[in-house]
Amino acid sequence: MTNLIVSLRELAGLFVEDGALALAITVVVVVAGIVAAVAPALSWLSGVILVCGCLGVLIGNVATARRN
Amino acid sequence: VAFTTEKEELRGQERRNERRLDYLAGVASFKAVLLEGLEVVFIVIALAAGRGVRLPLSAAAFAACALVALGGVLLHRPLTRVPENALKFAVGAMLSAFGLFWTSEGFGVHWPGADLAILAFIALFLGTGLACCALLNRRTSAAKTAS
Repeated sequence: MTNLIVSLRELAGLFVEDGALALAITVVVVVAGIVAAVAPALSWLSGVILVCGCLGVLIGNVATARRN
Repeated sequence: VAFTTEKEELRGQERRNERRLDYLAGVASFKAVLLEGLEVVFIVIALAAGRGVRLPLSAAAFAACALVALGGVLLHRPLTRVPENALKFAVGAMLSAFGLFWTSEGFGVHWPGADLAILAFIALFLGTGLACCALLNRRTSAAKTAS
């Protein structure tokens, strides 16, 4: 059972190295997706949210890593 | 941080059971190959969806795999001299740029310059990453000087 849990953790670790970073990026993508779905005419806004959001998350992650 | 953690974990496993080093190397390689293989499958499916080009794209993916394997066999010695972190940094910037571009395309965003926007995104991620590194190095140096 322990081996199974370790294997599953290893498998999940392949896709998610840093949980907080993955969650933040997911939130950015979901927000951009909602904006694109609600206002298709403002699709450029989704692009701006994605670019600024991803860069913001990257900078925030580096700052957090530095503090830790 | 992730690289250091993973390295320490492997070192710990090495100390605990030195006879199983080959097994550990095999598992580490398998994880990397599994991850990259899955990425290729996802990319092929995403690009081929609804366009009826799954077969040619799959063939292209296999050809690329064979090419990379051949390159690995022929260039494994010089490749070991490439700084690992620099390589990861460059690949990370490229993957982030491709991911950002394809996600936004999925949301109906049309970037100026079409596919050329990917180059701008790569530059953006590289620039931001390098700026973060420079800032961190400066703060670390300042902290060392102060202490």
